[in-house]
Amino acid sequence: MASLDDLKKRITSVKSTQKITKAMKMVAAAKLKRAQESAEKGRPYSEKMNNIILNLSNGISDKENAPKLLNGTGKDQTHLCVVMTSDRGLCGGFNSNIIKKAKSYFSKLSKDSKELKIITVGSKGNDQLKRIYGSKIIEKISFKNSKYVNYFDAEKVGKSIIEKFNNKEFDVCTIFYNQFKNVITQIPQAQQIIPLNDENNNKGDELNESYEFEPDEDEILNNLLPKNISTQIFKAMLENSASEQGARMSAMDNATRNAGEMVDKLTIEFNRSRQAAITKELIEIISGAESL
Amino acid sequence: MSEEFKIEIINPEKSFFVKEDVIEAVIPAFEGEMGILKDHISFISFLKPGLIKIYSKSGEDKFYLEDGIVEFKKNNLSILTSSISNLKDLDKSKLQDLLKIAEEQSNKNDINDQSKYLADQKIEVLKSLN
Repeated sequence: MASLDDLKKRITSVKSTQKITKAMKMVAAAKLKRAQESAEKGRPYSEKMNNIILNLSNGISDKENAPKLLNGTGKDQTHLCVVMTSDRGLCGGFNSNIIKKAKSYFSKLSKDSKELKIITVGSKGNDQLKRIYGSKIIEKISFKNSKYVNYFDAEKVGKSIIEKFNNKEFDVCTIFYNQFKNVITQIPQAQQIIPLNDENNNKGDELNESYEFEPDEDEILNNLLPKNISTQIFKAMLENSASEQGARMSAMDNATRNAGEMVDKLTIEFNRSRQAAITKELIEIISGAESL
Repeated sequence: MSEEFKIEIINPEKSFFVKEDVIEAVIPAFEGEMGILKDHISFISFLKPGLIKIYSKSGEDKFYLEDGIVEFKKNNLSILTSSISNLKDLDKSKLQDLLKIAEEQSNKNDINDQSKYLADQKIEVLKSLN
């Protein structure tokens, strides 16, 4: 049995850990509110963008020569996967969930003998993937220095993806991120952004609306599609940051509770061994007196 | 019948500006400035660097932007842009900064004609504001 001194030390150490996790929970809760707000505020932009593209791609006259970003290169040999994770740890299963989703997708790809290329956004994803898929990672991006998610960062990622697409480095691009449902639940998502998925195109709004285009559809689409990529990435980043804070908050809440339980258990053990020590001493004294 | 329509300017971070009682909006569309009144035909176009002027019952608003997409549908004018600022908030020093960036862009050698054209356009607009 541990000595009284050891127990005391353990209790203090658990208590100070509890203080830290409690503070982290508070910080995450405050950040979560902001992240959630910006995720909500950012929604109109991506929705509008989607809508316009939808209307445009339905109105396009020459489907054969439609931009490659919309219809794809006609092959699906090389897949580019953008795995978006956080830069900081201690957020429960947040990063592992994305990685798990991505890994199952990767193994499906390798079963179909497709070529795989990976871009990691956020250092935690890179840490977890580099052991097995290290040779496939072609670019690591991290936004450790930006305090908040901003469009400028998203645009950087988007531009790098489009550049690679124009250099014919890949045919299909999928992004992995966590969608924020609520504080406890985040859903890992795989979303295909190049070519634009047909499933998304089916739910268009009233299509009988005829538009006037200036200049023509093709040119607008060519201009719009790269922007849409950045927008989608920005949306994913916003969702991700809200999810990260949510996951961290619930993880830290759990940790605080567990630490509380541990302190209780240790205190009981501490009291019990103190009692035992006293009893032992008493017995020694009494039996010593008796033998006289 | 009223002669007003709704305008909405959205940037990636938030809904930037909304107004319901717009009488006329002038936007820098790609092929020239465009004035929009109520019951304009539906259209989609993109924007080049320039000024948006909005005339409404409650006054006049002016914005500077560098790029964007515009959609008009059922008397709803939506402008999507990632670079917009209210002219009131732009003071001399900010304008100078923007001008400097634009000039740097224009002087790069490795840009294509279109980006060069856009950068020159930016310079022109910014100079006229100064």
